[in-house]
Formats: sequence, structure tokens, C-alpha cells
Amino acid sequence: MEANLDAMASPGAFKEDSPYRKALRAFVKNKVAFPSFVFLVGIVLATTFAGVLTPYDPYQGNIANRLQPVGASGHLLGTDEQGRDMLTRILYGGRLTLLAGFVPVVVSSLIGGTLGLAAGYFGGWLNTVIMRTLDIFYAFPAVILSLGISAALGQGMTNIIIAITIVFIPPVARVTETAVKRIRGREFIEAARSSGAGHLSIIRYQVVPNVFPQVFVFATTKISLGIVIAAGLSFLGLGVNPPTPEWGIMLNNIKQMIFVKPVLTIVPGIFLFLTSLTINLCSDGVSDAMQIKA
Amino acid sequence: MSAPVLKIDELVTEFTIRGQKVPAVRGVSLEVKKGKTLVVLGESGSGKSVMLRSIMRVLPRGAHLSGSITYNGDNVLDKSEAEMRRLRGNWISMVFQDSLSAMDPLFRVGEQVGENIREHRRFPKTTIRDQVIRLFGEVGIPSPAARTRSYPHEMSGGMRQRSVIAMALSNTPDILLADEPTTALDVTIQAQILSLFKQIQREYGMTMILVTHDIGVAVEMADEIAVMYAGKVVEYGDAKQVLGAPAHPYTQGLIAATPQKGKRGRLQVIPGQPPAITAMPGGCAFASRCRYATERCRKEMPPHTQLAGGHMTACYKTEDGQALAQLVRQ
Repeated sequence: MEANLDAMASPGAFKEDSPYRKALRAFVKNKVAFPSFVFLVGIVLATTFAGVLTPYDPYQGNIANRLQPVGASGHLLGTDEQGRDMLTRILYGGRLTLLAGFVPVVVSSLIGGTLGLAAGYFGGWLNTVIMRTLDIFYAFPAVILSLGISAALGQGMTNIIIAITIVFIPPVARVTETAVKRIRGREFIEAARSSGAGHLSIIRYQVVPNVFPQVFVFATTKISLGIVIAAGLSFLGLGVNPPTPEWGIMLNNIKQMIFVKPVLTIVPGIFLFLTSLTINLCSDGVSDAMQIKA
Repeated sequence: MSAPVLKIDELVTEFTIRGQKVPAVRGVSLEVKKGKTLVVLGESGSGKSVMLRSIMRVLPRGAHLSGSITYNGDNVLDKSEAEMRRLRGNWISMVFQDSLSAMDPLFRVGEQVGENIREHRRFPKTTIRDQVIRLFGEVGIPSPAARTRSYPHEMSGGMRQRSVIAMALSNTPDILLADEPTTALDVTIQAQILSLFKQIQREYGMTMILVTHDIGVAVEMADEIAVMYAGKVVEYGDAKQVLGAPAHPYTQGLIAATPQKGKRGRLQVIPGQPPAITAMPGGCAFASRCRYATERCRKEMPPHTQLAGGHMTACYKTEDGQALAQLVRQ
């Protein structure tokens, strides 16, 4: 049998791709997730380069030109209640909204991931202290908790981001802890220990690479939630001050026009919806590609 | 006779389960001589794997060790965690039973073997890669260079076990511990792996402790055999003595339960189950299954009795038998 294997062992016969390369290939092939990803990248690029893309000023409107309908000449998505170009404001506003989705996820993944890693790996009293403390946060629903925190911190986008970060830390920590615990008991960890690896080296070379996909996929599912919560808090007036464009507050400002120009009032909402939808589709695709059962 | 490389004295390994101390190894004393193979024979739950892990001190949290394990004149149990790390995988290394779960599924096999070298020595990457390829060749993996780039799941069980052995050999250790290294393999591969062990031992002059429940493996490999039952060594001695003239009823039962060439008829079975480690009887742990058991066996733990040629056993039967023999001689 081994002789057979030897015969077919031409150089390169055993070079299977690394798991990440395989996942990447599966993701690109996904007919839903990949187009969503392209759309998302488009949105991110468009908001980043908003200044180059639109001729209008997001703050300066023309009152005479207010409430132009969607598709009006020169204003693709119409104008708002102060006569500012809607598309321009959507693009500029997207910066803050997207930031409020991504930043908390990244920061909370780092903090929550580290806490979960420590709790899951070392176990014992450290686990009890970390996990039971984080359990306290579970007493409140995510939206209420973030509302409470950002209300306590005061108005402003930075505070919203901080609030969402705090809200996301416990679930990320919990997912990480569970994943770490599962890996911790595997024999290859024991094998690594008996080959003389220390805790740090085991964490770095065995634990982190094995739990990363799960935590990563979980974190991506939180991005859209972050965006929606951020827009929600901003809608309630806890975010930016009026002239600054941001999807949540734009939705709030224009809502009075719902009986006059119903189509116009849902434009920011549509963007919010499409962005969080495509993020979720992407995250589903990533989870499929990495073969993670959520 | 050369001095022992590793000497285990009155080793006790206890686990704390729900606040209760549960002994898995209950006072084991063994020694291995340089370049020799000690086979620890015993059924599941006899504490043989825990004993092996105690040598490396890779035990789950809450394990408590006492007694002493002397290696190179030092008591391993007194060493700091940092000193242990230098010992593990470098001077003493271990081969695991299930090669698939003993490897990280995310990394190429070659990387994992290289990691073991990197953990102990500072070598440039290319040197490590060459070493790994050389090791793969040495353990008989065909087209070693290409195989280092395989993932664990792409290899056959035998090939994987060979790479686990390559990993254990990577720093040319003094002592190789093997925990049921052939149990997960089919018989032909088993024979190949055993002869690989022998070949390695010849080439490296390595000392081996092999844990198994397979008498066939013991016959094949052992210079000395220790039979463990319920956390204790019940019989210990030269392989020929233990297998040829088993003194303890448990060893006799094990041998009688093993198919042998030229022997016909039904295999004998040892009745009953070994006691649970949470409920160890006061006397001899084997008493409830032993056909020679007396009241005394159930009440007191029989001490180790020396027989001829360093052979020893823990059974009143042999003690009485010896006493009888002495009487007859007088």
C-alpha cells in the first residue's frame, strides 16, 4: 500500500492548499456572498472617496431646490428638506455609519477575544471571574444596554462607538471561551505540551489559529448589528449634531416629510438596509466557506 | 548491569474530582535502564497512561503528584515549569496513541515537526526544513520532502504515526515514552511501527517506556515488563520471567486470555471488572476477581515480594508459595 503511494508520489502530489486559501476559493465561488461583498466594497469605497465622486457640498443646500424627488435631474436620489443633495449626504454620512459598525466589532473582538482566550485557556478562578462578570451584561438586551451606556456617556458618535463596543465584548468573549475550551482538551495540545511548548507558544501556534475562524465569523455577524444600533442611537439623537450627515439622523430629519415625499424619506433607510443585509450575506458566505457551524 | 536512566519511586498521582481526592496511580516504583525497553502492561483504567504522563508532568489541572521520579540525578517532580519545558520534547518525548488527534489539523505535518525543533533549538528555517525531511526519511515515510507539505488528514494512519514518531525523535531524546502507539493501527502497520521503534532504538540507543494493553506488543518489544492493575504494579521483572513464569494471578489471567499459537480450546476470561478508582477496596484490588483470593487478600494490600532474578510480584499467594518452598527446602 505504501509502495503504491510512493509510486504516485510525484513532487507536489501532496500539496493541498492551506485551509484559508480553500476558504477564499469557496467564498469567491459563492453566488450570493461574493456579489454582496463586491457591493459592500463599492459602498465603502464610495463613502471614502465621496469628496471626489459628488460635485455637491453635504452641508450647503439650496432651499429653493428642496425635496426634489428621487431621479430628479442633477440629483439622482433627490434632495432633502433643506435642499441638500441626498446622494452626497448618503455618501458622506455612510462614513460615520460604517465606522460605527466596524470599529466596535474590531475593538470588541480584540478585547473580548483576549478575555475569552484567557478564561478558556487558563480556566479555574480566572474563568469564573471573567465569565461571570461578563454575564452581568447579558441581563440587558443589546439595544437597551447600548442606549443606556451612550445616554450615560453623553451625545456623540465616539460615545456611540464606545457603547456598542462594550455591548459586543461579552458575546465575543463567550464565543471565544467556548471555542478555546473545546480546543484546549484536544490531544494535539497535550502533544504540544509534551514537546516542551509553553503556554504562550501553545496559545499562539495552536489555540489562536484554531479558534480564529469561529471568532472571526461570529464577529462579522455583529457588524450589521453595530451599524443598525449606531444608526438607531443616532436616530434617537444620541449621535451627531444635525448638520453632520449620518444615516440615522438623516432618517430622523426627513421623517416629517413622509406624507409629502414618502419615497424620499426611505432613502437613508434603504442604504442602511442594503448595507446590513449584504454584510450578513457576506458573513454567511464566510461561515460556509470556512465550514463553521454557527 | 548499567544504572537506570529513569527511576520512579512510590509515585502517587491523584486527581481532585468534586473536592474528593481520587488516586489514579497508587505508589508505583519502576526503573528503566539505558537503551532498554520497559513495557507497562495493563487494561484500560489501570493508571498506566496517567503514570506515563506523570513522568512528563503533562496532566490535567488538579492533578497532584507525590513520590519521586529521578532522571539524571534530579527529581522531575521538583523541577520548575520552565525546566520541565526544556525537558519535554527534548530529553524525554512522547508518542501518542491517536496520531490524528495528536496533530493540529490546521498545519502541515512538516511544520508541526519543525515546531518541536524550533521550540528547543535556534536553527535557521532551512536547516529545520532539512532536518524534518531527514527525519521523515528516517521513519520510513515515502517521498519525505513532498510529504512534509501534507496536512494530517491527507495521510494514512500508519504514515501519520510515523510522522508523530518523527516529531518525538526530532530532538534525539534520551527517553521515548509511547502511549499505546500501535493501538489505533491495523495489524500489518502495527508490525511495521514496532520494527521501526526497534530500529530507532538500535540507532539512537534510546530508552523506551511503552504503555500497552496488548500482550503481543509486550512480547515483541519488552526487555522488562511491569503489569499494572488499579494504579499499582502487581508484577514486575524481566520480560522472559513475567511472560514465561507469571507469578501474579492477574498476569496469569491476562496471558491465559491471549490467543497463542498451538494452543487450542476456549480462551480464559478474567471474570468481573476492575474496581472504580473512586471506590478502591482496602486490600488487594484484584481480590474480587481472583480465584485464589482469601480473607487476608480482601483486608490487606499484599506487599511486593522478591522472586528470583529481580522478578517481583504483589500477591500473598506467591509469598505463601515461597514460604512453603522454603519450608520444603528445610
